[in-house]
Amino acid sequence: MNENSCCGTKNSVGPTGLQIQPFSSKQADDEVCCGTPAGPPSSPYEKPGYQIVRFVDGFMDMDSGLVPKVNTHLSLFDIAGSIMTRVGVNRNRYKISPGLYGIGNPTPDSPVLVTANYKLSFDTVRKELSGINAWLLVLDTHGINVWCAAGKGTFGTQELVKQVEASGLKQIVNHRKLVVPQLGATGISAHQVKKQCEFKVIWGPVRAADIGEFLNHDMKASVGMRRVTFSLPERLVLIPVEIYIGFKPVLLTMFLLFLLSGIGSDFFSFKNAWERGLIGISSLVGGVIAGAVLTPVFLQNLPGRAFSIKGAVAGIVTAIVVVLWYWKDTIWLETIGLMLFVITISSYLAMNFTGSTPFTSPTGVEKEMRKAIPLQAFALIVAAISWIGAGFL
Amino acid sequence: MKDFRYLEGVATLVLNEEKCIGCGECEIVCPHGVFILDNKKAAVIDKDGCMECGACALNCPVSAIEVTPGVGCAAYIIQTWVKRKDSTACGGGAVCC
Ligand code: SF4
Ligand code: SF4
Repeated sequence: MNENSCCGTKNSVGPTGLQIQPFSSKQADDEVCCGTPAGPPSSPYEKPGYQIVRFVDGFMDMDSGLVPKVNTHLSLFDIAGSIMTRVGVNRNRYKISPGLYGIGNPTPDSPVLVTANYKLSFDTVRKELSGINAWLLVLDTHGINVWCAAGKGTFGTQELVKQVEASGLKQIVNHRKLVVPQLGATGISAHQVKKQCEFKVIWGPVRAADIGEFLNHDMKASVGMRRVTFSLPERLVLIPVEIYIGFKPVLLTMFLLFLLSGIGSDFFSFKNAWERGLIGISSLVGGVIAGAVLTPVFLQNLPGRAFSIKGAVAGIVTAIVVVLWYWKDTIWLETIGLMLFVITISSYLAMNFTGSTPFTSPTGVEKEMRKAIPLQAFALIVAAISWIGAGFL
Repeated sequence: MKDFRYLEGVATLVLNEEKCIGCGECEIVCPHGVFILDNKKAAVIDKDGCMECGACALNCPVSAIEVTPGVGCAAYIIQTWVKRKDSTACGGGAVCC
């Protein structure tokens, strides 16, 4: 994806052992032509229409074809890309080519690890493998991480068997073992893989951070490595995406709030639309913060099992702050409207956070939704009526 | 997960102990420690911890486990309500859908 032949970067894509000679042995004294010195010459592995990606350091010439060698440090580009992905920009296009990659100096005895072609998953795994010689088999999950792709079936038995065959893995390694991340078990059936391509699936740890220890301990995972966690940092990284997804509906709601706020005894007042609209928008922002930030952060401390209840509680606290803040600018009917509005927004967004957690069952979520959605809808209608009604008082 | 619990008594998980051959696969793949291998037979020790991911059922070589698998995601479920099931796509958070 990124060209490596540009200025400044070292000529890292030369074939192993081959020293690429500089074009001219003497640097011209007067660089009339252009200000910056020329970059390294093109690698013999470059082909028209292809680009060698930054994380590839060279290629191994195997009987089954070339296997790219991947480096294990994350460059500024990788880190910038991760941040962009985390905040929601370019989420869907952040993928790498599926297939077999080499890490370190892998031999036929080296372990084979399986991962998804979501660049963040790939980056995390290769970073954890620094100092280890291994093969990395990347499945085409359409740029989705292992856990989600397994749920959708793209990180699945068929795709794994396909990549094993396509990469010629049987000729490359002399063992028949694949280390698959445990969360991939939702899509991959170990006994089916064994039946279809002879490889035995060894379930690796849930988190990439444990890979090194897992490999050092004879591929044995401790109980801790086998359990999903949902720690504060794990929840925090999800918040930007939650907000990014809600961005369009929030903008639309802001527009509606201006409209509703203008309606009143003068039919429509732009002054009211602006003044009351701003109060409405602050409450909306309060509701979003309560549901998409406070609820994930205080997930463990908020009462209730259902997320809609946790969100409603976070919403009540926030609503009190909002109402007190605008105490002098609002009348009692508006106070009721604001309270209900903030609580409903928070409750609804919190309920949507179920999709980001690794412990909510679909049966449970559906049960919760069947109770919560009618209540949320009712509260929202009452809120709207109070808000509009106050315009006539 | 012991520090996070969701609704109780809803999981659709069913284990058929008669069929179980005690291979231990379910105990390994379950990320919530729902199973334990006791005396060469699997046993469910924390049914309410089950998030219905389906990993155990998919990996039981003798189909001794049944569960209705799916994603516990409100946005996804809303889509299944309004659209046909096969045309739904998750678009949400980073952990899942
Ligand atoms: S469905 Fe998933 S969470 Fe439930 S018991 Fe099976 S593996 Fe564990
Ligand atoms: S995977 Fe199936 S056969 Fe193996 S222990 Fe579990 S229930 Fe028994």
